[in-house]
Amino acid sequence: MTNFELEYYQFSERSILVEWPQKIDESILDDVLMFKNHLLKSNTKVILDINNAYNSILIVYKLTIDNINDEISRLKTYYLDRISIKKSVTTLWKIPVCYDEKFGLDLEDISSKNKLSKSDIIRIHSEQIYTVFFIGFLPGFLYLGGLDNRLHFPRKKTPRSQVEKGAVAIGHHQTGIYPNQSPAGWNIIGNSPINFFDPALSEPCFAKPGDQMQFIPISLEEHTKIKTKVLNNAYQLESEVYDG
Amino acid sequence: MMVEVLKAGLYDTVQDLGRCNVQQFGMPYSGAMDIDSYKRSNLILNNTANSAVLEITMIGPMLKFHSETEICITGANLSPKVNDKTIDQSCRILINKNDVLSFGKPLHGCRSYLSVVGGFQTEKVLNSRSMTANITSSFRLQKGDVLPYHTTINKNSLKTEILKVDGFDFHKPVIEVYKGPEFNKLTSVQKETLFASDFTISSESNRMAYRFKEQIPNNMDAIITSLVLPGTIQLTPSGQLLALMRDCQVTGGYPRIFQISESSINLMSQKIFGNKIRFKCIN
Repeated sequence: MTNFELEYYQFSERSILVEWPQKIDESILDDVLMFKNHLLKSNTKVILDINNAYNSILIVYKLTIDNINDEISRLKTYYLDRISIKKSVTTLWKIPVCYDEKFGLDLEDISSKNKLSKSDIIRIHSEQIYTVFFIGFLPGFLYLGGLDNRLHFPRKKTPRSQVEKGAVAIGHHQTGIYPNQSPAGWNIIGNSPINFFDPALSEPCFAKPGDQMQFIPISLEEHTKIKTKVLNNAYQLESEVYDG
Repeated sequence: MMVEVLKAGLYDTVQDLGRCNVQQFGMPYSGAMDIDSYKRSNLILNNTANSAVLEITMIGPMLKFHSETEICITGANLSPKVNDKTIDQSCRILINKNDVLSFGKPLHGCRSYLSVVGGFQTEKVLNSRSMTANITSSFRLQKGDVLPYHTTINKNSLKTEILKVDGFDFHKPVIEVYKGPEFNKLTSVQKETLFASDFTISSESNRMAYRFKEQIPNNMDAIITSLVLPGTIQLTPSGQLLALMRDCQVTGGYPRIFQISESSINLMSQKIFGNKIRFKCIN
């Protein structure tokens, strides 16, 4: 296993930021999550919260850090120990998405500029398996890695002031789903009828960093049916679980 | 046993210490903007530390108490009155049934904290009553809302205890900052400007972020989306400084040039538009 060159910063009086090399890469994500999980398991008394992004973790302590050098040196030891944590099981979530023109507001634009037919866009987008890197921007907004090069498309110059809950979008080399009605700078290609965020649950998001996702194309009728089931709490999202 | 909102203020929210351990779901911390004044308000009433209070911004609401209780107001002085009679701040105030609390001219600071004995018993989501968009059913008070509370006043309790506190000076201009992860990517001219200039709070400042009128010419690249906290100051491509506050996002792609110290986040929360601040580095 590679040990990356990590950088440690005192972020505030009770937080430390750890950064990996500046690129978006699944092997970095694996290492980020391994370190994060190791710290979460071994250091619960002093740590309030740990959050990760593509190539960083932010460790927030319960109290002001007494001596920053001692704490960083402790973290470095934990980093070298992280191998003791086995990669947990991975879940592959099957996300229903309707790519009908009713929802796919920017399919036409992507189709003409990237020289792909609409059905090619849908096929390429739904064939791929994506990795959840982290959740940010909005509650329940998943940052997904793995978008096919052919679908890379710049963000809109002028963001839309509002898109529908469940809008599936492409922003540069990323794809994601707006979990709630929101302003949006990404290009909308479809809509998923399921809930990505529910604050009434103790785990408000079903997906977590490291999980995988695949989009399953559905018709407009199926979209309406699933939406009704979701509203009545009668929809069971499909998933597969396997050992990493 | 409730308070009725007869008239909403400019921006009134129920707040406690907010939510932790949920940032992994993309949820903000939320919680009282000026945690220091928030805690003092509860302390004076001998409430438990995480009791819910009302955070009142600049122009206060008009509230009717439907039963007897005790309250305390700390933080900004927004000219509070009970039945049109001016009341003191940072002390216990006895409220009788049908008393009306109102506010007048904002005299000092931006945010006032109204606590009630036992705390407001409003909706709790993920261990916090802090009102937050997309998380609680409403994100600010509106006319006609009611805030429940318990009425169990022990009239003899702690009457003689006095909390000695210094006067609060929210005019202090100095905001203490740590260097942010991207601070060293700034040019020496940018660094000099940041520490040598006054920055004026813009009117587009709220619980998510404070903005400033002055800009810092900037051609730094965006960073790969990374982590931020309340108090992180970002520099946007257009040269604007964004000081993130309690309702901010958990990730961002703009360079993070400063992190405001915890006590200075409280001070910043009491600044109103037009106030000038100055950054002082503490590491």
